[in-house]
Amino acid sequence: MKFQRSAAGRLFGTLLAGMAAAFLSAGADAQELNALVWCDHSDPEVLKPFEEANGVKVNVKEFEGTGAGLAIVEQSQPGDWDVMVIDSIDVRRGVEKGLFEPLPEDQLPLADIFPDVMMDQHGKVDGKRYGVTEKFGYNTIGFNKEKVDPADMQSLAALADPKYKSRIAIYDYYLPVIGMAALAAGKKTSELTEDDLPAIRDVLLKWKANSKLVGEVTASQTALATGEVDILVGGGEWVTAGLAKENPALDFSIPKEGGILWSQSLAMFAASKNKGLALKFIQYILSPEGQARLATSSCYWGMPASQKAALTDQERKTLRFDEQKEFLARAQPYPAPDADLDKKMQDVWTEMLQAQ
Amino acid sequence: MKGGQRTGDLHSALRPWYFAGPATLWTVAFFVLPLAAMAVVSLWTLEGQSTDFSLANYRQFFANPSYYRAMINSLEVTAIVTVVSVLLAYPLAWILAEGVPERWQRLALILAILPFWTSYVVRSYSWLLVLSERGVVNNVLVASGLLNAPVQLANTRFATILGFVHFFVMLLTLTIYASLKQLPRTYRRAAADLGASGLQTFRHIILPLTMPGIMVGAFLTFVLAIGDYVTPQILGGNNELLMPQLIMLQIGRRGDFPLAAALSLILMLVVTVAYLAAARWLKLERA
Repeated sequence: MKFQRSAAGRLFGTLLAGMAAAFLSAGADAQELNALVWCDHSDPEVLKPFEEANGVKVNVKEFEGTGAGLAIVEQSQPGDWDVMVIDSIDVRRGVEKGLFEPLPEDQLPLADIFPDVMMDQHGKVDGKRYGVTEKFGYNTIGFNKEKVDPADMQSLAALADPKYKSRIAIYDYYLPVIGMAALAAGKKTSELTEDDLPAIRDVLLKWKANSKLVGEVTASQTALATGEVDILVGGGEWVTAGLAKENPALDFSIPKEGGILWSQSLAMFAASKNKGLALKFIQYILSPEGQARLATSSCYWGMPASQKAALTDQERKTLRFDEQKEFLARAQPYPAPDADLDKKMQDVWTEMLQAQ
Repeated sequence: MKGGQRTGDLHSALRPWYFAGPATLWTVAFFVLPLAAMAVVSLWTLEGQSTDFSLANYRQFFANPSYYRAMINSLEVTAIVTVVSVLLAYPLAWILAEGVPERWQRLALILAILPFWTSYVVRSYSWLLVLSERGVVNNVLVASGLLNAPVQLANTRFATILGFVHFFVMLLTLTIYASLKQLPRTYRRAAADLGASGLQTFRHIILPLTMPGIMVGAFLTFVLAIGDYVTPQILGGNNELLMPQLIMLQIGRRGDFPLAAALSLILMLVVTVAYLAAARWLKLERA
């Protein structure tokens, strides 16, 4: 089975990722770190202090979606990559493929991390830590408080209310939005099974009928920022915080049914040739300065995993830092389906997208 | 002597292969082998399911209405884009070839293909802003009294078609323009001498003779539009899925390359059928 996946990977992205890896390895030496990242890590303001302090260059390659990220790794040579940003729920997928190196817990500031986002059930395998949470937030309701009644946004029921017809955008990622639909249907995201899908499907179809678009990050952000829509299903601080300066009317709520807690982790590759530097990078990202810079990255904002992040008062206010305890208590975990349920969830999502 | 002659004969016999060899190797290495690999992968299934070769991915396409609906959507959108683009490109090419003085034609052509010079993604996002509720189009329609309130133009099939047409009109204009320029003016004079009206000349002389240019451009439009991911993704607002979007959906999180390969091959089959139809038509025309 492993052979199947890795062979599929080799056959399919060899050209693109192979070229990227060859390019990176050609110029690689001990002073370079190759990182597979999400776009928030590409912000020079995030990388600069680490590069300057260590006299190194961080080469980043962005990807979206764990499947795409793991395909890049499979198409590369062992040792091409040093660290990877990954959905916390997917750390185990990388461990099962033998990609990740256990992290030395005693050399990481784990005590600083919000206990609710440690995600040990995903980041630890057989007692060893392979992933460490670096940033988190909520997939919930993002909205323009000047255009909609904030009181309505305290319940997911408002998303199917005809008075908001064509004023809603849905974030185009099936796991968190299906999680929200599960909350609306009165289910717990940690206990979802195939039997729950019909109820989730009904909620999704109602939301789709009320929506104007289903958009990825940029499209949904743009729609909310330009007033094309007033509500973003699946939105949260990651949409509204970064735009707060230009548009202070944008806000988010954690409705009474709850919100979905998302989190991203950092992992180190077992085949890395720069493990010392990779560990330093992880330590930097988890440091107060690294956390503050990552939390306010120009690509998207999010809550720093560390409670000691060196944020300004204004940044803390924008991120609603002091309300996190209450938010975390009401948030439910990101759905973490097995492969079979994952496929079925995606099919429900496809049906929703095709519904007219 | 005889041996030398034999060597010379061998060289002569192999000469075509010397020239065709590099191109053949290139095609085999970068088209035939990857295609074969894709066909093999399409018979696999993602981990957690069967490890044997099977047609499960293909069955899934035909069994799931959301999947084959994507193909229907793709064909509908592509057909509309192709027809509308031809209808707009022909008059434009005609004006360029016949209405613009010879010395200005080069400049006019450059202006006509100017949209090609901007990024495809930037152009699509620009259309999104133009078509939005607060965009130029809605503002003009509301200000002129034609509409009482803005209408949804962005994030619709209409927006996808508009984005495609904007791009492909340029492509078709070039192919039709080339056909028109190759048409000797004497044909039209001869038709006029024989008493044909302008419309008759166009219908019986010009249109049939420029049809190969139209067909080539239309085929290119069809192929490029049906395989495009960017335009429907940005302008369509995911309010319906086309085939490239369905394929990408399989890869993003789950990395289901086998299913993505099967869907890609089905899409390629449709393109092949379109090619065969166009090739057959062009062959018939020449005959």
